Amino acid sequence: MIRKAKDIDENTTWQELTTAAEICEPATSKMFSTGDWRTMTPVFIEEKCTHCMFCVLYCPDSCIPVKDDKRLDFDFNHCKGCGICYKICPFKAIDFVKEEK
Amino acid sequence: MAIRDRLSGNEAVAIAMKQINPDVMGAFPITPSTEIPQYFSGYVANGEVDTEFVAVESEHSAMSTCIGAEAAGARAVTATSSNGMALMWELLYIAASDRLPITMALVNRALSGPININNDHSESMGARDAGWIQIYSESNQEAYDNFIMAMPIGENKKVRLPVMVCQDGFITSHAVENIELLEDDKVKAFVGKYTPENYLLKKENPLAVGPYAVSSYFMEFKMQQVEAMRQAKTAILEVAAKFEALTGRKYGFFEEYSMKDAEVAIIIIGSSAGTCKATVDEMRAAGKKVGMIKIRVFRPFPMEELAMALSKVKVVAVMDKAEGFSNAGGPLFVDTRSALYDMENRPFIINYVYGLGGRDIKTNDFDYIYNQLFTIKDTGEVGQVYRHIGQRSSENIEAGQTDKNNQNGLNNQSGLNNQSGLNNQSGLNNQSGLNNQSGLNNKTQKEV
Repeated sequence: MIRKAKDIDENTTWQELTTAAEICEPATSKMFSTGDWRTMTPVFIEEKCTHCMFCVLYCPDSCIPVKDDKRLDFDFNHCKGCGICYKICPFKAIDFVKEEK
Repeated sequence: MAIRDRLSGNEAVAIAMKQINPDVMGAFPITPSTEIPQYFSGYVANGEVDTEFVAVESEHSAMSTCIGAEAAGARAVTATSSNGMALMWELLYIAASDRLPITMALVNRALSGPININNDHSESMGARDAGWIQIYSESNQEAYDNFIMAMPIGENKKVRLPVMVCQDGFITSHAVENIELLEDDKVKAFVGKYTPENYLLKKENPLAVGPYAVSSYFMEFKMQQVEAMRQAKTAILEVAAKFEALTGRKYGFFEEYSMKDAEVAIIIIGSSAGTCKATVDEMRAAGKKVGMIKIRVFRPFPMEELAMALSKVKVVAVMDKAEGFSNAGGPLFVDTRSALYDMENRPFIINYVYGLGGRDIKTNDFDYIYNQLFTIKDTGEVGQVYRHIGQRSSENIEAGQTDKNNQNGLNNQSGLNNQSGLNNQSGLNNQSGLNNQSGLNNKTQKEV
């Protein structure tokens, strides 16, 4: 049985796949871009941000990276555009605009 | 020493659950299975078990509870009947495809409508493709024994499938019978601890259960379920052998009753097998070579074994306590006839749908059926293949007797029944026999 998601592809046989499609490791979504169906996009306004980290805690998809106690711009490969960060930001440091492609 | 007691089927299963002491029970009351969670919640309240009893708001939630618990690494049980199981429907498939060995005590009851609380097998037969192992019980003793055997089968690492242990609503669930119970410690030792390889609460091994599978993966997981069902056949026999060593009670895929040298046989599921056995005994005493096979395991279906058991029989009647509305026979008939197809000398086979919504079937009904089988054997004419027995009809068709008076009435009615009607028709066989269904008579048969 192949356990690592990176080793599973469309050539993997039923005997080799994990039982019942169980995913036996965390954070396999890093391997996939799941943010491509967003209709609204959060916009990070860096100058207003106090790095209080509220948005980091509230983001349901862990799409706000943090480095050296500072939040960075959004991970748009995984952000679904739910707008929670925009709603909870106490400093209006996040805008929320229509996605344009 | 085994414990002698007298218990209803529901009580027997509740005691099996108590002896097993599962981690979680998610259940919602529905007649006739209500007593099982009722008794069990008493054990919980009295501190006789450590089980977390989750009183849910519906059967959909009951099965969801079991799925969540089992995925988390707990051993989960439930009990339900009829429409309650129907409300679990989508979860039945999820439990099976997530390979969660939940154990369900199913007390078979007719699915509505018309609304009815009595026994037939319509709900479990409807769920036969859900991927659950299905084990049926004739008596309270079997319901108890089968429930104890269910977990070692379902939790086997090569199987990992949910198991439903079925018994007949009211007929066994509410009738009190003598029963032999095992001691608690023997049950616990037999069932063992539930030790899944992966589970959600195992912190060393982060796990996601039940993810999305796109088309390029879906079918592979269905193949895994097929393989698990295949492995279940081995597990079922292994567990039965261990159980026999412990109790002296022998179980297999099915029970063969008086099948040695039997010329005609009835295939049946559940409590009505007991009635059929009484008829077999009577007819055997009169020198008639009749036999019976009672299916215990319907999923996986013991196809090769059943074909082997029927290899010497000349005529078979398959009894279905569920209607499939295919107009071509009930679910057990379809599988049995398919099992016989590859045989070189296959027996004649007919189907009787019987006992729907708790309609009684009696020894004289089985006597009638066996005599029908002997007529087919003697004449070589099958006549109508798909029949019903036990319901009233205004039509003079051979659709089985409606009651003991009508049985004679039908036979005396202008040669329309199989025996006389077809015998007069010089070699008309199954095809023409099907016309009997429409109540058309000899004339139509000539046109064929």
